[in-house]
Amino acid sequence: MTVTALLFASYAEAFGSDRVELSLDAGTTVRDAVDRLRALPGGAGLPSTLLVAVNLEYADADQPLASGDELAIIPPVAGG
Amino acid sequence: MSVRTAIVRNPIDVAAMLAEIQDPANGATVLFLGHVREVNDGRVVTGIEYTAYGEMAERELASIASDAIAATGVSDITIVHRLGELPLGDASIAIVVAHAHRAEAYAASRFVIEEVKKRLPVWKREQYADGTREWVNAHGVATQGPQ
Repeated sequence: MTVTALLFASYAEAFGSDRVELSLDAGTTVRDAVDRLRALPGGAGLPSTLLVAVNLEYADADQPLASGDELAIIPPVAGG
Repeated sequence: MSVRTAIVRNPIDVAAMLAEIQDPANGATVLFLGHVREVNDGRVVTGIEYTAYGEMAERELASIASDAIAATGVSDITIVHRLGELPLGDASIAIVVAHAHRAEAYAASRFVIEEVKKRLPVWKREQYADGTREWVNAHGVATQGPQ
């Protein structure tokens, strides 16, 4: 299955792109997908704990992903 | 009840926000503005670029307004967050809360800005007087981005 990972701010700069398409096995969790990102060029600098959203809602690392999901890797927020 | 939240790119019209929330039932209106500040972490700032995960930010801002209503009992809230390149002094966020009494209005205003700082997927990159620029984390400290 294919999941789109969205990258923002400093993370997008690290990867040189604001989105990465990941080909994953069915049932892959958020944690597994993040580990895949860490292995990509630019991924080594990601912090050990990450804030992640799936389909616009904050998600736990154990959440399984489905084909077509939008996985967002959220850098430390700085709004306001 | 009057609830409105928005993510915008143009300057925030504070007077219009105050006008739209007017209700004779309210005895207190609290306005909070967040501005681009001249000095952060000891460095001279000349401007800030705000970016967001737009679709999620819209949802989170609406969710924060709902949570503030549930937590404090107010019913009139308007929150506007601005994105894009902001010069010094411009407002990046405006929160207007009105209620019959001031205690609830102040509590809701504080609730909203604290939740925004925790959960709104918005990021800012400061531009400094020396020509450099860096992404800033939630604690106001520049993060050393990869070169």
